[in-house]
Amino acid sequence: MSISKIKFDKKIVLSFWIILIALIIAAPTLLPVFRLNLLGRYLSLSIVALGVDLIWGYTGLLSLGQGIFFALGGYCAAMYLQITSSSEFPNNIPEFFALYGVEKLPFFWEPFKSAIFTFFAIWIIPALVAGLIGFLVFRNRIKGVYFSILTQASLLVFFNFFNGQQKLINGTNGLKTDVTQLFGQMVGSESMQRIFFWITAILVIAAWFFAKWVVKGRFGNILIGIRDDEPRVRFTGYNPVIFKTIIFSIAGGLAGISGALYTVQSGIVSPQFMTVPFSIEMVIWVAVGGRGTLLGAILGAVFINYAKSLVSEALPASWMFIQGGLFILVVTALPEGVLGWIQGDGPRNFLQRFGLKRKIETYPSLEVNNKEGNNE
Amino acid sequence: MNKTYLLNLIDITVSFEGFLALNKLNLNLKKGELRAVIGPNGAGKTTFLDVITGKVKPTKGEVIFKGKSLVGRKEHKIARLGVGRKFQSPRIFENLTVKENLEISVSTPKSPLNLINKSIKDEQLNEIERLMKIVNLAQKVDTKAGSLSHGQKQWLEIAMLVGQKPDLMLVDEPVAGLTDEETDLTADLLKSLSGENTVVVIDHDMEFIRRLDSNVSVLNQGTVLCEGTMETIQKDQKVIDVYLGRPED
Repeated sequence: MSISKIKFDKKIVLSFWIILIALIIAAPTLLPVFRLNLLGRYLSLSIVALGVDLIWGYTGLLSLGQGIFFALGGYCAAMYLQITSSSEFPNNIPEFFALYGVEKLPFFWEPFKSAIFTFFAIWIIPALVAGLIGFLVFRNRIKGVYFSILTQASLLVFFNFFNGQQKLINGTNGLKTDVTQLFGQMVGSESMQRIFFWITAILVIAAWFFAKWVVKGRFGNILIGIRDDEPRVRFTGYNPVIFKTIIFSIAGGLAGISGALYTVQSGIVSPQFMTVPFSIEMVIWVAVGGRGTLLGAILGAVFINYAKSLVSEALPASWMFIQGGLFILVVTALPEGVLGWIQGDGPRNFLQRFGLKRKIETYPSLEVNNKEGNNE
Repeated sequence: MNKTYLLNLIDITVSFEGFLALNKLNLNLKKGELRAVIGPNGAGKTTFLDVITGKVKPTKGEVIFKGKSLVGRKEHKIARLGVGRKFQSPRIFENLTVKENLEISVSTPKSPLNLINKSIKDEQLNEIERLMKIVNLAQKVDTKAGSLSHGQKQWLEIAMLVGQKPDLMLVDEPVAGLTDEETDLTADLLKSLSGENTVVVIDHDMEFIRRLDSNVSVLNQGTVLCEGTMETIQKDQKVIDVYLGRPED
């Protein structure tokens, strides 16, 4: 039983890899640049989904505030692009400042003149903010629904703050990136978008390996332990606060990378990244794909978003109903998500119900026991 | 406090909004001792464990373990000092395998960096092998703990407790829901653990306590009613009144 299951998993993983690599190689030539750009965006969203899976699927922390860290990463990237492309504007500062009569660059923009600083800021700033929020919340043993509400409240605080700061970060209008320059090319140009697609694809794979490394072995088992029975972990001598802070911080960093990639491919970062529905959608991608399966998070993010854009093109305004229905379906019928269902006994039970497959006659555990008995 | 004692509870009072769960409880444990704690429902047995393990902070009183005060320390710090606890209903990690459960218990140091960077040490793997043999789970290494039988879960949790290498083991109702045979085996296991370890067993099951053949403390209404061997306490009129009922059980 267990052996065939491992083989089954391997087959899935292998076929996934073949399809994925084929897609990545073929995509830039097959897809028109508009579609390629959409795919790149959705791939970048799968990185934030990986983070949600780490904290929710593995550690049981349902955060409804990942938009904060996503947007922070996006703002870091956009600030760098804006400031390095502002030489022809008055006072050598980004164009929007002139609208509000700002003549001097706000101090926190200064470090973003450096590409190296920005490279690190994109993931370290969100990770630090997540770590700080996480530590304060976890130290006070706030969990479950209260944790979710608190993260959503934080999201609203950040949203309102960013929305109101015209003179600092262009407020509700956000920062545009598509007309900025990077390495002497327009960020919104076709050739740059192709490059961003490649970078995104590589980073998704890297993030996937990283997440796998985090959850494999004893560290990942402690996360699962915290999800299933936190006091037990504590009485065994582990401090769950540290573990939860670390994983929340990692998810924050992943969200930052994701936000930066999404920003350069969608051409703008704005407080809209920090709206409540968007952060809830991230959770839905993971729930549909399969909580606790890293692959499920990636596939969920990409497929749901691709479906969203296809459906919205064909039947405008119907997507919200479909998404809601999808979520209800998953919660009621597939609590483990699509991938969790496939990996579990789902398909066999389904076929059995329609008489297409024979029922197993004994309990699987009994079967295993007998086999082990014979070996003795 | 006295060096020969591993644990001293001094005048412990725990008040839950006026209700006294523990009332000036005094209890001393020698190193290597096996001690049974019995008492009727609501006598404060579980609160007594909660106080030692740091889950509940006593309103008054002092807990001294290995010469250090435990009051106000966090649960994981107390656990690292060498206090291990087995819960009433088996609390194991059901989504992890038997081996992974034991890995969690034997791993040291218990820091995230150690766990994520390094693989488990060989001597810890050997320890896991040994533990699985002791509790008859060697065949179930890669079985999810959730699909074990109730008795196996109880035993896995005891193995996890032993794997923590605590100086003091607090065992809450280890034989609840076990068959007679399993109960006997558990009693023998706990007896074999004492001597090297100090073990406190909480239970209702009189046959089981008798088999432990240890000193018994009887709790009632949050305080120690009587202490002594099984024979002594069975003859004690106060104990008979509140707990044992008539001498013929």
